[in-house]
Amino acid sequence: MSCAVTQLSDRHVDPEFLALPLRELADSALDAAQRGGASHADFRVHRLFSQSLNMRDGSVQSVVDGSEIGIAVRVVVDGTWGFASHSALTIESAAEAARTAVTVAKALRELNREVVQLAPEPIYRDATWVSAYDKDPFAVPTQEKVEVLGEYSSRLLSADGVDHVTASVMQVKEQTFYQDLAGSSITQQRVRVHPQLEGTAVDQSAGVFESMRTLAPPVSRGWEYLEANSTWNWDDELAQIPHWLAEKIKSPSVEPGPTDLVIDPTNLWLTIHESIGHATEYDRAIGYEAAYAGTSFATPDKLGTLQYGNPAMHVTADRTERHGLATVGYDDDGVAAQKWDLVRDGILVGYQLDRVFAPRMGLERSNGCSYADSPHHVPIQRMANVSLEPDPVVDRSVDDLIAAVDDGIYVVGDRSWSIDMQRYNFQFTGQRFFRIRNGRLEGQVRDVAYQATTTDFWGSMELVGGASTRRLGGAFNCGKAQPGQVAAVSHGCPAALFRGVNVLNTRSEAGQ
Amino acid sequence: MIPGYEVVERVLALATADETIVIVTDASEASLRWAGNSMTTNGISTSRRWAVASIVRGSAGARVATASSTSIDPAEFESIVRKCEADAREAEPAEDAMPLVSATDPSVDWDLESERTSIDVFAHLSSDLSTGFDGADRLYGFAHHQVETVWLGTSTGVRRRFTQPTGSVEINGKRGDASAWVGAGTKYFDDVSVHGLLAELSTRLDWASKTVELPAGKYETILPSSAAADLMIYLMWTMEGRGAQEGHTALSRPGGTRIGEKLGALPLTLFSDPAHPGLEYSPFLTTASSNNSVSLFDNGLETSRVDWIRDGVVNALAYPRFAAEKYGAPVTVPGDNLVLTGGSDADIHDMVARTERGLLLTTLWYIREVDPATLLLTGLTRDGVYLIENGKVTGAVNNFRFNESPLDLLRRATEAGATIPTLPREWKDWFTRTAMPPLRIPDFHMSSVSAAQ
Repeated sequence: MSCAVTQLSDRHVDPEFLALPLRELADSALDAAQRGGASHADFRVHRLFSQSLNMRDGSVQSVVDGSEIGIAVRVVVDGTWGFASHSALTIESAAEAARTAVTVAKALRELNREVVQLAPEPIYRDATWVSAYDKDPFAVPTQEKVEVLGEYSSRLLSADGVDHVTASVMQVKEQTFYQDLAGSSITQQRVRVHPQLEGTAVDQSAGVFESMRTLAPPVSRGWEYLEANSTWNWDDELAQIPHWLAEKIKSPSVEPGPTDLVIDPTNLWLTIHESIGHATEYDRAIGYEAAYAGTSFATPDKLGTLQYGNPAMHVTADRTERHGLATVGYDDDGVAAQKWDLVRDGILVGYQLDRVFAPRMGLERSNGCSYADSPHHVPIQRMANVSLEPDPVVDRSVDDLIAAVDDGIYVVGDRSWSIDMQRYNFQFTGQRFFRIRNGRLEGQVRDVAYQATTTDFWGSMELVGGASTRRLGGAFNCGKAQPGQVAAVSHGCPAALFRGVNVLNTRSEAGQ
Repeated sequence: MIPGYEVVERVLALATADETIVIVTDASEASLRWAGNSMTTNGISTSRRWAVASIVRGSAGARVATASSTSIDPAEFESIVRKCEADAREAEPAEDAMPLVSATDPSVDWDLESERTSIDVFAHLSSDLSTGFDGADRLYGFAHHQVETVWLGTSTGVRRRFTQPTGSVEINGKRGDASAWVGAGTKYFDDVSVHGLLAELSTRLDWASKTVELPAGKYETILPSSAAADLMIYLMWTMEGRGAQEGHTALSRPGGTRIGEKLGALPLTLFSDPAHPGLEYSPFLTTASSNNSVSLFDNGLETSRVDWIRDGVVNALAYPRFAAEKYGAPVTVPGDNLVLTGGSDADIHDMVARTERGLLLTTLWYIREVDPATLLLTGLTRDGVYLIENGKVTGAVNNFRFNESPLDLLRRATEAGATIPTLPREWKDWFTRTAMPPLRIPDFHMSSVSAAQ
């Protein structure tokens, strides 16, 4: 038995969740599963609180409070998975869900040609883990939140040249109780918030408009993230957006072609997510997502040999990073959170795994990437916080990187993104694009997209910024699997310099 | 679990706000997924979510709050309703406030319990699929069945119920480096022929026995119905009136909107219709929150046919009642199906036969907006790009990244074939009910080559 995970917070799991008959429900389900012939069974109570607050031009458009709770049972019968869920938290429904899961496994056994085997994991009995946050957003009155968002909106709306403002904040509190036949019993609570404001400038007579939004990333923090003493400097960003927006709408259209790019972490996190994070998911690499999310060029036969990028490229997967959106104490297979390498010295060296895939890769233990986004969904392998490590020796600044460019573009903030089903060809846009001339910024250009093949792009990375440039980006809504599931994930990275990346003019692409 | 209609009545009975809206949705789902000729995941789920919206009227306007829950315990209802009402009293007046929709005759099936599905819905499919698993091609895919029953009740007397069955199956086949895809939408899987789908898949994989490398560029391209659907769905999602009126969407033009603008020479009509045979959706609106296209206050509003584009001319934008009043536009409720008509009787084979040299696509993937001003979308071709020469498919071509606007495609399309039901590959998680013709685009813009197979 083990209980080795470090607690990130001095906060506790809500007493209301702990007051539920968690163990009685689990015992009922697991007993029924065992009686049905299950060699493995796990039971989950999953509760999600959410609040979505949306404003348009300073007026509340919607405030939607949500709560979801249910039970999920997963069994392995004769080497075949079966899964069932139910909304009712009763002893009877727990047993019924287990029996249904057994029935499903038996009914579909003829379609299963790969016997399910799970990597062993220490037992964690009565383990508890809570994410790091100060102020539970669900304890803050809605009106107080509306006032904060409304005040931020008014700062943008009152600025010259800003015609419309949208503002939103999504908040989630996720609680799970996991118990399995082996004896693990784990209770966890996570909180995350995603605030966003966007200003739009419109010249109706000319039929022209442009928009620009805040770059504050979603994080695993509480309501303190939106307050005056936040780790994010709201005052500075809200004050500067009108100026940047006015400059952008008047800026010249970009000249397309191979271009040196200094990419800010506020943009690069998404490129990492798409071209490294998803490409190193083992289930994709062996075809499990072939019909939907896609596969990966980084197949297991290339492990240890694939030159992913420049030797300065060091990428880690981490489910332990403080305030990371994919940070947990234990995954939904009951595996303790870990940190490991995916790319070292530019070479592919690792994958993201769950307990089924670890043995298929010849590993003795999963690295803990199992997650289900709802009680009604089966856990699958999901992304850890995948991050590009800064230069370990030189604390190179963004200005240092810009100074190394004669003629190029500094890319800030993410916007549009798209990548193919094997994670080769991608295209990204951004919030702001600053022209670099002779090592200095010279105003913005517009209509920019950059397009590349993954290994070419990472191979063109000449310089990696230092630790002082590292930022954590991320998303609430990474999609995968069928039925579709969403997962929140963070990506840390420094700024970096890439040589000769293909830049498109999006107006030309549209035939304008 | 008490029936959904009883949840509506109990919550309304608890309500003390000036007005209350209750929406209950029961969902029963079955799923089956496979990869490399073996099942991977599966499941049965039974869920309920319900939402209550409390409205407090006053001299400053109507204040509203919404709470949603999956709780099936009636003892918890009151605390949820009370919190929602307290939030409503503290809320800012709602911009989109309107009188609630008046009562009509209640749905005749109002007090029936929800419909369920089970793993048995896949009985024939899984048997036929097992045969396919024994074949030489590697099969990947997913079958999903969902039956949703929705009850809507309001304090103004609205009592409506609707059951929406939604099913889909898609099969991806791989043979060597070749990859192909087939898919179908369905209500209850009784009209799905796995043998037929596998035969079509095999034909496409046969086409790929010869491969041709082509560079990026502009190609005469036949978009099959699935690809056309994915692009037209995105266009419809963009057709909200307020943003167009304010001047910041692709449906804006200097001083107004593009209503009345003729897009192209073909007399194409893009419409949503709740009564379209085989693609029916709810005859009334339900929404737990307001957004740019719909208003919470419009719950219960009748849905009806909307011609977004009529005979090639932009004809309608989505307006909830408040926005319609503000802009002097007709109230227009977005639909849950999408149909494009106005083409010939030609099927895709006829169109291939009339092509001297061009590309035939299968599906599009990872479609994202690049420029909202032009509605420029990017994405990839997926699971089959085929070269047509002298009226015949002569081989498979590499994949491409495209950059195109659906508005421009309608402007440039030179031929539309027969409209057929189709499953949109990219957006089917949110939108499955479509019927589209194949479209011929003389100069589809393939921006770069993708090495993906």
